[in-house]
Amino acid sequence: MPKINFLKPDKSNLNTFLYLGSFLFFIGVLDVFLNSFFSLNLTGFLPGFLSYFLPLILGFVGLYFIRIELSGIKQLDQLNKHINTNNFNAILSLLIIFIIIKSIPPILSWFFVDASFAGDSKDVCTGTGACWTYIKVWMRRFMYGMYPNGEQWRINLSFIALALLGSVGYFATDKFKKYLTLYYVVIYPFIAFLFIFFFISGGPVFFDFSYGIIAAILSIIIGFFIPSKFKFYYFLIVPFTLYVLLKYFIFYEELIELGKLDGLNWVETGAWGGLSLTFIISFFCLIFCFPIGMAFALGRRSGFPLIRYISIGFIEFWRGVPLITVLFMSAVMFPMFLPADFFIDKLVRCIIAISLFEAAYVAEVIRGGLQALPRGQYEAAKSLGMGYWRMHIFVILPQALKLVIPGIANTFLALVKDTPLIFVVGLLEIVGMLNLAKTNPEWLGFAMEGYVFAAIIFWIICYAMSKYSYNLEQKYKTDR
Amino acid sequence: MTVIAVVLVFGFFTYNAQVNMENRGIDFGYGFLSQESSFDVQFSLIEYDGSHSYFRAYLVGLLNTILVSVIGIIIATILGVIVGIARLSPNYLINKFAAFYVEFFRNIPLLLQIFFWYFAALRALPLPQDAEAMFGIAFLTIKGLYVPAFIWQNFNIFFYSIVAAIIAIIVIRYQAKKLQETQGKQTPVLLISIGLIFILPLISFLIGGVRLSFEVPVLKQLATTSFIYEGGVSLPPELIALALSLSLYTATFIAECVRAGIQGIGKGQKEAAASIGLTPNQVLKLVVMPQALRIIIPPTTNQYLNLTKNSSLAAAIAYPDLVLVFAGTALMQTGKAIEIVSITMFTYLSLSIAISLFMNWYNNKIAIQEK
Repeated sequence: MPKINFLKPDKSNLNTFLYLGSFLFFIGVLDVFLNSFFSLNLTGFLPGFLSYFLPLILGFVGLYFIRIELSGIKQLDQLNKHINTNNFNAILSLLIIFIIIKSIPPILSWFFVDASFAGDSKDVCTGTGACWTYIKVWMRRFMYGMYPNGEQWRINLSFIALALLGSVGYFATDKFKKYLTLYYVVIYPFIAFLFIFFFISGGPVFFDFSYGIIAAILSIIIGFFIPSKFKFYYFLIVPFTLYVLLKYFIFYEELIELGKLDGLNWVETGAWGGLSLTFIISFFCLIFCFPIGMAFALGRRSGFPLIRYISIGFIEFWRGVPLITVLFMSAVMFPMFLPADFFIDKLVRCIIAISLFEAAYVAEVIRGGLQALPRGQYEAAKSLGMGYWRMHIFVILPQALKLVIPGIANTFLALVKDTPLIFVVGLLEIVGMLNLAKTNPEWLGFAMEGYVFAAIIFWIICYAMSKYSYNLEQKYKTDR
Repeated sequence: MTVIAVVLVFGFFTYNAQVNMENRGIDFGYGFLSQESSFDVQFSLIEYDGSHSYFRAYLVGLLNTILVSVIGIIIATILGVIVGIARLSPNYLINKFAAFYVEFFRNIPLLLQIFFWYFAALRALPLPQDAEAMFGIAFLTIKGLYVPAFIWQNFNIFFYSIVAAIIAIIVIRYQAKKLQETQGKQTPVLLISIGLIFILPLISFLIGGVRLSFEVPVLKQLATTSFIYEGGVSLPPELIALALSLSLYTATFIAECVRAGIQGIGKGQKEAAASIGLTPNQVLKLVVMPQALRIIIPPTTNQYLNLTKNSSLAAAIAYPDLVLVFAGTALMQTGKAIEIVSITMFTYLSLSIAISLFMNWYNNKIAIQEK
């Protein structure tokens, strides 16, 4: 048997080193494992300090022994390459393995083993684990806020309907594909607004806004039959006339009284809340901030100095201030600038403020995409005789937007993560509801469960969004 | 056309504001800043109580905002760089661990994290009387972190010694560079620098008459069940929760910037550097990092700005920052919405512009000098 140099493991004594090293490593891991899962201390007889570090030392020596280059054993080579390249890496790997082993039992016991799921009162929560009963009891509040229990089907119905209408794009045939943009940019937001207004809020069926929509749709349909010579004047005059006619002559007061749907009670926006409010706010801000941001991105590159400076001022202002002060402004300062008898709902003010704020970020992202396009694209489009709008709509924006998908996704993610800030104006979405529930005298002391619950929900939403944006990016990636 | 529209819109808003203020009996003006504020602030870096002016309250809030931003930026940068480099590690476990950290912390709203640390995690800390000492000198309790205060004698001499050490290091670095350029000799600059920065202050202790003593916080009983620590420096739990969550959250973004920066350097650069005989450390220091920094700095600046702006979330856990002290309490008391909100926004705007100007200057300094 050749002499073995223990300070320098090499291939000639492969088996000796392999068995010795694996054994030491295994002992080290086993010690930590027993200690953390069964509270056994194998090395208790050693002095405290040594006992504490022994697994690390054993594991380190073990890994040192099995660090043999080109051993010929595939698994060993893989292992060395991935977690055991040098002494420093070996120690870090060991530490991470030990941290994982150490942290599994307390997390498991808090989440599942010692947690209480059953029951519907605080009395069942006597264990050391989490009290999921608390979440169960407060679930409706976390999801719907102060919305009356009996009316919550309205929120569910609206969300399901909107989700179905939103997925139309997946089932559209090629023939309708070219109308999809129009659908998503113009029609879908309108439908969404109507759903929210009629169902969730329970607003009157006949109101100024619906006259406007009816007038617009009617005039567009009739507009198809008007010769193009008169179209401009037609659209200048007819929609407004129709609106006035509808409002003051056709649907007069008695008819409005008759036409009111009885079933839906008015639920004011102050009572909305929970996760559904998070969705509503994110949805509308997402829809509004994109076109506004695009307009300002184009404005910042406009040839007119005034438009350019207004755009720069707008973008830099919103980007320079925190959202919380913007919401403060919308709550206390904005009403001062409006006529005294003019009242805008709290939620609407909030949505406007967040949309403008995020629009500035979207504008900068889109500007990045516009700047990344080579000059040749602009010149080629112009040489084909395209005007400013045609050039941007058909040539520049499709390419620029494709480039900035990750940036826009990040902005939208930031938007979703910013929605809890609306607590400033007194609207309580899920985090706000958690803070409210936490102060309920019957349910004191379960803050941790609530925050973990909300964190999981937000994490799933944001992670799904980021993965989706990654897929989108891959899908629209074109070789340039 | 556009000009007229803009003027009309502004005129409309101004007119409305005037009418509204007349109706409510408020007059416009910044005179209230010198009035007595008559409210108290929990935690302030400068001397402040109710008898001071609103302007003083504004300063207190501003300083608290800057304090938490600076702490957050420092911790977030250190953590972010470590995690960013760890994500590029060939070690599978480290790599995944860093990735897990980044994905976990950046997908949870910051406000939720602040609430979690403040209301859930820090509330689980022991009461002052039950707290165990960390290293025998610091106490982490539910009422905050108590650390010893430094008490200096002849602090200015110590300060001068550090300044002298820094000047000496700069001179030596300059000389070493010159020496290397002219004669090709290398000097162990790092060792000399470390030596200088330790030895010069040490000398000031030995012969300069500098004395340093610690004031360790001591437990004091106020009532039968109420205890408090006296002496030392106390950091309120609001500050700890805020700084912790801000830096943990921002560090994930900085880590991604660092990773993108280092990945942005072509493999050829590293290979070329290795082929002319540079050691791996030299490759990182002389070739990769100078180029990577150019990619890293602009997005990192944005993250610093975000951190500063996000520090305004302090209002949610009652850390007395600018928003809480000024746009909260002072606004409630005076009712001067337009003035106070505009001052607050203008302050944040100036802070943002200051940080971005500084980082632009730094970015220009390290940018490629194109001929």
